Amino acid sequence: MNILHDITIAAPESLLLAMGLLGVLVGAVLKNGFNSFSRLFGALALSAAAMLAAFQIGSDPAYAFNELYRITPFLAFTKTVAFGVAAVALLMSGGYLGREQMDRFEYSLLILFGSGGMGIMLSSSSLMTLYMGVEMLSLSSYVLAAFNRESRRSAEAGLKYFVLGALASGLLLYGASLVYGYTGSTQFSEIAAAESSIGLIFGMVLMLIGLGFKASAAPFHIWTPDVYEGAPTPVAAYFSTAPKIAAVVVFANIAFTVFGAFEESWRIIVGIMAALSMLVGAFGGLGQNNIKRLLAYSSIGNVGFAFMAIASGELYGASPTLTYMTIYVLTTLGIFGVVLAMRRREGMVEDISDLNGLSQRKPGLAIALTALVFSVAGIPPLAGFLGKFLVFEAAIRAELYWLVGVGIIGSVVSLAYYLRIIWAVWAKDAAESFEATDGVVRLSVYGSAILAFPVLVIWITWLNNLAMNASPA
Amino acid sequence: MESFPILSMITFLPLVGAAIILLTRMAVGAQTESDDKARGTIRMAALVITSATFLLSLWALSEFDPSSGATFQLVEEYTWFARDYAQAVNAVESINFKFGVDGMSILLVVLTTFLMPLCILASWKSITHRLADYMIAFLVLETLMLGVFCSLDLVLFYIFFEGGLIPMFIIIGIWGGKNRLYASFKFFLYTLLGSLFLLAALIYIYSTVGTTDIEVLQQHVFAENVQIWLWLAFFASFAVKLPMWPVHTWLPDAHVEAPTAGSVILAGVLLKMGGYGMLRFSLPMFPDASHLFQPLVFALSVIAVVYASLVAFRQTDMKKLIAYSSVAHMGLVTLGIFAFNEQGVQGAIYQMLSHGLISGALFLCVGVIYDREHTRDIAYYGGLVHRMPLYAALFLFFTMANVGLPGTSGFVGEITSMVGGFLAAPWAAAGAALGMIFSAVYMLHLYRETVFGEITNEKLFDIKDVDAREAGILIVLAVATLLFGILPSLIFDLSQGTTQNVLDIMNLKLTAQ
Repeated sequence: MNILHDITIAAPESLLLAMGLLGVLVGAVLKNGFNSFSRLFGALALSAAAMLAAFQIGSDPAYAFNELYRITPFLAFTKTVAFGVAAVALLMSGGYLGREQMDRFEYSLLILFGSGGMGIMLSSSSLMTLYMGVEMLSLSSYVLAAFNRESRRSAEAGLKYFVLGALASGLLLYGASLVYGYTGSTQFSEIAAAESSIGLIFGMVLMLIGLGFKASAAPFHIWTPDVYEGAPTPVAAYFSTAPKIAAVVVFANIAFTVFGAFEESWRIIVGIMAALSMLVGAFGGLGQNNIKRLLAYSSIGNVGFAFMAIASGELYGASPTLTYMTIYVLTTLGIFGVVLAMRRREGMVEDISDLNGLSQRKPGLAIALTALVFSVAGIPPLAGFLGKFLVFEAAIRAELYWLVGVGIIGSVVSLAYYLRIIWAVWAKDAAESFEATDGVVRLSVYGSAILAFPVLVIWITWLNNLAMNASPA
Repeated sequence: MESFPILSMITFLPLVGAAIILLTRMAVGAQTESDDKARGTIRMAALVITSATFLLSLWALSEFDPSSGATFQLVEEYTWFARDYAQAVNAVESINFKFGVDGMSILLVVLTTFLMPLCILASWKSITHRLADYMIAFLVLETLMLGVFCSLDLVLFYIFFEGGLIPMFIIIGIWGGKNRLYASFKFFLYTLLGSLFLLAALIYIYSTVGTTDIEVLQQHVFAENVQIWLWLAFFASFAVKLPMWPVHTWLPDAHVEAPTAGSVILAGVLLKMGGYGMLRFSLPMFPDASHLFQPLVFALSVIAVVYASLVAFRQTDMKKLIAYSSVAHMGLVTLGIFAFNEQGVQGAIYQMLSHGLISGALFLCVGVIYDREHTRDIAYYGGLVHRMPLYAALFLFFTMANVGLPGTSGFVGEITSMVGGFLAAPWAAAGAALGMIFSAVYMLHLYRETVFGEITNEKLFDIKDVDAREAGILIVLAVATLLFGILPSLIFDLSQGTTQNVLDIMNLKLTAQ
């Protein structure tokens, strides 16, 4: 009875892990016969998990497994989005993996396990579960980054990610041990109630740094451009969506709930991380010609905006963090869809100049990309503008005016490189055309563009209300 | 008729048109590029849509009751973004989709819809490259511009205000001149930087007052130190858009590189948003700060008038000359607005409309010869009167109107805003009057160099006079310029209510403290 109750609370993750293990068995039996079917299998599992998580948005917060595990509407909301976009990212990768001779069932299983890890770290209610979830996600990610084992770039990306990731995990673990040492407990509820001490503060800072690394917030962002560029494109698409929102929300959740008592202290740290991320994201992207590197910087900048909401504190910042990240990952998925469509006869191309004259070659794709890019840049009347509006609103309510100023600079500077993409698409003469786009990719691009498109921003209202109800404040 | 959403109709009709053209283009495919018949259809469709929008706006004008021009009429309101907030100032904060017009905005709406079919006509032959995209961009732009003038909600206003950058960026980017990369980026980034301050300010207002309804905000009294910051943020945005010296440098670049119709819209409508914003927000919402910064604005206005006029005189590019003349004329608008008296504000509104007509016409005049010779170099031309008599006559008329010849609308706008300026600060008006003399200098210089004299450039020997289409566009504009010059009350009667309302609110708030 009790175990059943616990499993219901952890239903989405339980399903993902069970399906992952089942996949391993099936793969062991069918061997390569499972390859092409595995993606559908994985996507179905992820969609089912997303639906299970969606059911939990409405229910009250609850604990499971002797308070090691927790579910709140805030977390359930994040899981729904993360598992949903992971499913789409997995489906989008099909054509690419096939053509690049990487179509192995392990890919889907790694995404399943990684997503399971995301769920666990989101729902963690103790330092142990947190670390377990983070590592489960990270280890899957390292392998995914190096998934193209024939490619030196991909192997390099995997190695870099692993070395720096291990360092960050070490920091997280060290911080966790300090926190445990000074509070005598690994339970979040007890840590939150503990008295302040210098060791606890140190532990908190180290933990936030470790988690900030996972979310690729500056100054812990160094790995991001290299990994995005080196990893296979569908892997980069996955990295920049599902784990991104999960990492940002975990960061927010740990800051809000575990260290809620030290809000005044960490707000400064998070504020500085936000400011640095926005600036690095803006200035770093200026000189990039590779679109994946550029998107890496764009993601750093956008994480900066999400951190701006977190720095505004739980009261003002919780629901904007969710809304902002949701809009961001949905839009980014579409942009990566376009990157996946950048394929010529001789293989994939990744330079901005390869997009030249896209509006003449593939007008539908060009219009979609324009909407998506302007949405990420936060230009009205697209969806991304409302995300930015809400984040600025949180910061202004929290009287973080200096951060708003940095945000303005970041927006304007980063717009310069977003405009370069638009410029290439519309104003340049046509370069050689791309091969036909995979059906799934096209569908995802259009779907994501429709969500960003002005006429339909009304859905943001709904999303925002949902995020607001899901947030603790 | 109460419930009929006429303003939404006007605003979104061009967008529907753009969608239709887009769908046709995608259905027909690449043929639209090569097929003459398909191109004719696209042009016709765009013309029909913009003309229909114009007729609709005339209908709105007839529905509008000028005797109560101060109140917002034809109002439509739908809740868009409502929420219950633990931290809300009011119990429920909502951002509404609210449209409505008063005497000032209805005039600007009609100006926009009036210029639009002319722009389509002006691009009739000169644009052949990617015609469908061009028309789509213009129609989308029209929707966004109209939305700016119709919005009665600050957030809605901002969305339209900044959204207009996207189609304009693409218009300059695709159909612009050689240096279009630089110009379009500068245009976008400059304007965005200003706008983001406006965004921050409006969010501040939203989070402290709890509403973004313009009617409510106009009545709201802000503390004086808050007013100063908010005023500066709003000013940053409007000054770039207007543009005022020293943030005007994007304008000449954008004008030079934009296609003719793009310049017309830029000068005719987009610049007016700055003045509109000042009258709608800065004055009634921040009266103390406006008073405080009055000398600053006057100084910037005078510098703009004098400096831009001097710079205009030295230009070798015709469009650049007219662009600087726009900066100078906009200096008069700010002078009038910040005079805080009836003459000044009325004159500023009048000047905005009249400049919309005249500078639009001047850019079209340049476009006519640019289409023939593909250069705007003043030295290239000369003696055009011998080959293009009708063109010379029309160009002369608009040159004189720009100088402010009595009988044209340019005169009325200049004299009224100057009188307003003189009542508020004689020194400022005196400085601006200097600019008026200069304007005669540079405009007559331009006219003499291009139209008079003997034809020295042999390439000009067989240049053709304006055809019926070009003449038609310019004559329509000339008639309008003349009409408003002779009967200024047509405009003054409408804008009277708004002017009075703005000044009343200001004085009420100032005396209340």
